[in-house]
Amino acid sequence: MRIKAETGLCVGSGQCVLTEPAVFDQDDDGIVALLTDHPDDQSAAQVRHAVTLCPSRALSILRDA
Amino acid sequence: MTKNVADELAGLELPVERGCPFAPPAAYERLREQAPINKVRLTSGGQAWWVSGHEEARAVLADGRFSSDKRKDGFPLFTLDAATLQQLRSQPPLMLGMDGAEHSAARRPVIGEFTVKRLAALRPRIQDIVDHFIDDMLATDRRPVDLVQALSLPVPSLVICELLGVPYTDHDFFQSRTTMMVSRTSMDDRRRAFAELRAYIDDLITRKESEPGDDLFSRQIARQRQEGTLDHAGLVSLAFLLLTAGHETTANMISLGVVGLLSHPEQLTVVKADPGRTPMAVEELLRYFTIADGVTSRLATEDVEIGGVSIKAGEGVIVSMLSANWDPAAFKDPADLDVERGARHHLAFGFGPHQCLGQNLARMELQIVFDTLFRRIPSLRLAVPMEEVPFKADAVIYGVHELPVTW
Repeated sequence: MRIKAETGLCVGSGQCVLTEPAVFDQDDDGIVALLTDHPDDQSAAQVRHAVTLCPSRALSILRDA
Repeated sequence: MTKNVADELAGLELPVERGCPFAPPAAYERLREQAPINKVRLTSGGQAWWVSGHEEARAVLADGRFSSDKRKDGFPLFTLDAATLQQLRSQPPLMLGMDGAEHSAARRPVIGEFTVKRLAALRPRIQDIVDHFIDDMLATDRRPVDLVQALSLPVPSLVICELLGVPYTDHDFFQSRTTMMVSRTSMDDRRRAFAELRAYIDDLITRKESEPGDDLFSRQIARQRQEGTLDHAGLVSLAFLLLTAGHETTANMISLGVVGLLSHPEQLTVVKADPGRTPMAVEELLRYFTIADGVTSRLATEDVEIGGVSIKAGEGVIVSMLSANWDPAAFKDPADLDVERGARHHLAFGFGPHQCLGQNLARMELQIVFDTLFRRIPSLRLAVPMEEVPFKADAVIYGVHELPVTW
């Protein structure tokens, strides 16, 4: 799986961090920061969930495998 | 195209009073069953689209072609009269009413204050605050105790005061003015409360500009000075929003959460058995009550197709977060309060770029309050029959006026 975060769209709601802290973090200004753009299989379901929860649609899955 | 039902409601005056305290108004259900998007007539005049489907609500709220600017002609206002609208138009806009780049410029500098990490660092202090007010409850022989005054209001008020650097000694003043602004008192009272609160906050920001402290506003002032963009009016708008949004909503949700759990003892048992379940219980209570229904209206700035409906530029749209949160297509058996539902996709904090800035602070306060209250006072119960609990059936922000409890 490969994911992308559009930091310009991020509104800092922190939904992704609450959902999968192993993959998503926020920088000091509250903007999404990816800890990895290749989440492992263990995180895949939670990452997909985080993508749907993101209120500003800043997250996308580039390759879902 | 979805069938329009313009005449379904003779006049939709929002917020519609909730009949049953534990369910959306019957009219909401009826409309959603007909279509996820309907056209309704407003008592304030004109028509607006009424969005009650979960998917459609998310689509509207995430779409930049819908404006949040209440000052624009055609914006679907249903709780303001002409004089109040004039007052609104004469003030610099709150972040809530901005769009696009202007909204982003206002929100971006503040979101660093509300990161998950920063809030986690506040947890011990919030725990202290909750324990302090519960100590006071336990120290009194007086029964019953009004939980609203003893816990629900003071906890978020003190938390937001400390975060923002507002003197807690002023809490009676700003609590009463905020309550007045979101209740359906006379428009004169609402305008007066708004003006008084605005003057108080203007004064507060002026003081912080000359005597900074260790608080959010002082940090914003320092940040703006560094960038050479000190914007007093903008800071007053920000402070107004954070102070008012930061206590009334959480206070109501604390009270309703307690009512919800006490009235569903099997659910309370689940929460009491394992504090690890509290975060999901909080999500479910947020969904179930959706206290800020009706605050998410928009104005289409272009023609937009949503859920098979053509919304034309200049048409108003009212997104019902409450109705969307009870959409069976998104939440199975929505009328069941199920703390193990595990559903976080509710819209109680809104959706899109305006989604609640303080949502994770609210989550943490609610989790700590419910855990601590039921652990320290396990025999807590209502002191009056449920039908005597005074619910705020007609307020902009749902809640209870008072909550007599005993143990």
